[in-house]
Amino acid sequence: MRIAVLRFPGTWSEVDFAHALSLVGAEADILWHADADLRGYDAAIVPGGFTYGDYLRAGAIAAISPAAAELRRADREGMPILGSCNGFQILCEIGLLPGALVRNRHLEFRCDWVHMRIENDHTPFTAGLRGEIVRMPIAHGEGCWVADDLTLARIEANGQVVFRYTDERGAATVESNPNGSTANIAGLANTVGNVVGLMPHPERCSEEMLGGTDGRKVLEALTASRHNAQAPVPVQ
Amino acid sequence: MTDFVATIRVRPKAEVRDPQGEAVAGALRSLGMDVADVRTGKEIVVRFVAPDASAARTVAEKMGDELLANPVIEEFAVEVAAE
Repeated sequence: MRIAVLRFPGTWSEVDFAHALSLVGAEADILWHADADLRGYDAAIVPGGFTYGDYLRAGAIAAISPAAAELRRADREGMPILGSCNGFQILCEIGLLPGALVRNRHLEFRCDWVHMRIENDHTPFTAGLRGEIVRMPIAHGEGCWVADDLTLARIEANGQVVFRYTDERGAATVESNPNGSTANIAGLANTVGNVVGLMPHPERCSEEMLGGTDGRKVLEALTASRHNAQAPVPVQ
Repeated sequence: MTDFVATIRVRPKAEVRDPQGEAVAGALRSLGMDVADVRTGKEIVVRFVAPDASAARTVAEKMGDELLANPVIEEFAVEVAAE
């Protein structure tokens, strides 16, 4: 499986993603955003970082890069696309995912471990993981997901919430929400399920020495998805 | 062609919480000022040339629509002046 990992000015997790993908047997190429060509790849990853210094809004300037048009084209073909942290912010700014990510409610930058419940397994990144409670690290100042009430209701009704902040037992409490995100939403999918974004960093918890391996489940789900490669399954 | 200055003011929509504004309100109150509410935003000043004021406004609105504001969470207002 060949996976494209995008690099913008200020991306910082692309090498970690390429390494984590190598652990699950995938071949990862880091592509520069200005001339990224996703043709021939099985999936694309938009990693975390602080693209363009987070100037204007997190992800706003990356969202008008040539890579944004390429991601839109790949999305139309159903390519699995994962955005983590700043990558999630970029996918929202591009419009491939609904809503927006704004300053954490408490205004603090949070670097911590969080628990999440996986609620949707109709994505290439969570197939077979529904109901699992996973533990992953976060490192962000603008991870509070917001949308208008209608969008939120539609997302919940469509089952587009993929990851929800919970405590270690799976209860979505106020205390387990690290940034004030609406409805404890940590990550979500588009309506079809091929595009997924989340604030935590799966690439930073893919081997024991990093303190956790739950991120590896997401990457393994992706590499396993190729064995039954098909058009993406709509969410329920 | 004339030189124009466009001032684009971006602010969070009324229904979007503004934690920075809340923090500023708290700080002002701690100084003893009786503050009911604070909303923060940003001001972006752009210089460019355009044939006339109407064309300059159209360009500035396009800047707001396509990059400077995110319509999911923000609204913006444009002022255009000839230099």
